[in-house]
Amino acid sequence: MATDAQGAAGEAVGMPQLDFSTWPNQIFWLAVTLVAIYMILTRVALPRIGAVLAERRGTISNDLAAAEELKLKAVEAEAAYNEALATARAEAAKIVAQAKAEIDAELAKATAKADAEIDAKAAVSEARIAEIRAGALESVTEVAKDTARELVAALGSKADARSVTAAVNARLKG
Amino acid sequence: MADEATGGFQIHPMDQFIVKPLFGGDHIAWYTVTNVTLWMALAVVAIAALLIYGTRRRAIVPSRSQSVAEMIYGFIYNMVEDVTGHEGVKYFPYVMTLFLFILLSNLLGLLPMAFTTTSHVAVTVVLALLVFLGVTILGFIKNGVGFLGMFWVSSAPLAIRPVLAIIEVISYFVRPVSHSIRLAGNMMAGHAVVKVIAGFASMAIVSPVVIGAVSALYGLELLVAVVQAYVFTILTCVYLRDAVGGAHH
Repeated sequence: MATDAQGAAGEAVGMPQLDFSTWPNQIFWLAVTLVAIYMILTRVALPRIGAVLAERRGTISNDLAAAEELKLKAVEAEAAYNEALATARAEAAKIVAQAKAEIDAELAKATAKADAEIDAKAAVSEARIAEIRAGALESVTEVAKDTARELVAALGSKADARSVTAAVNARLKG
Repeated sequence: MADEATGGFQIHPMDQFIVKPLFGGDHIAWYTVTNVTLWMALAVVAIAALLIYGTRRRAIVPSRSQSVAEMIYGFIYNMVEDVTGHEGVKYFPYVMTLFLFILLSNLLGLLPMAFTTTSHVAVTVVLALLVFLGVTILGFIKNGVGFLGMFWVSSAPLAIRPVLAIIEVISYFVRPVSHSIRLAGNMMAGHAVVKVIAGFASMAIVSPVVIGAVSALYGLELLVAVVQAYVFTILTCVYLRDAVGGAHH
């Protein structure tokens, strides 16, 4: 090997690049190499890499579209949720109003009933008071008659009950 | 080649570019298996490993190697689309072939004891001529004689148009020269400089400095390897635009 190199070096004085005897060899192998690389690229490598890149682009755009769709769905779900919330709130307000109305009605009924009872009791009481008053008046007549009889008796005269009563009644009327 | 540096203070910076048969013999016929064959084959293997083995899972969430393959694909695809327009996208596999070959050859050439195929003018001239002839033929197929309108700068005053046409024609034919020499020259110069400086490492006094310098140069050469592959590719796209996008610049 070393002797070969020395021999070749001896031939190629100066620049080996300008040793034109090696040009056909280099050009031949260069042609072979370029054809080989071109075949590798066009038959296998470039279609494969191109397909991978296209596939990736497709996957990314698909994923983006899916994300967009999911976002729309989320917005939709939020709207539905808000709507449900509003409905529930309205329902609750309605129930509250209804309950309030019921309670009010019941309260009014109870109040009316209590008023009626109070009125009735007041009437009874008044009647009783009137009765008691009447009873008291009668008692006063009785007492006056008794007192008058006793007084008459004490004064030493005998008075019959009828005349005393008449006198008292006359007095009382007067 | 390290044994050559042992015999005293001898530096052979150009020896690394010598084309020699892999399996002995002195004669190099066009079909001889040489170190050129070996390193070009390694570039093919590296490309296959990265773009086929690396993407074998076809994962939606890519692995590291698949990410690298996808980044290169996207980078070159966008470059072709941005520079040449939609019409140029169908030449994307061709541009990709050039880019990957140059990139991997440059990078593999930076391995110690490696042979850099892209440092040879024979290789880069063929690459540049492929672009030049391809663009020229494509331009005539697509635009007919109208492709020549590219040299007739209609936005310039009529009087200086013939002069501009001559300049444009010259610059058009210089394209493959600059296109190929730029790549080969960059690779060759970088490797030669690294080799020369590394040769000084045999002097014990300066060897620490030399090792630092070689490390720094190696980093620079990595950058150059990638940048030159990029430059070659984007120039290919720019030339392709002339053919595909019509006469308007």
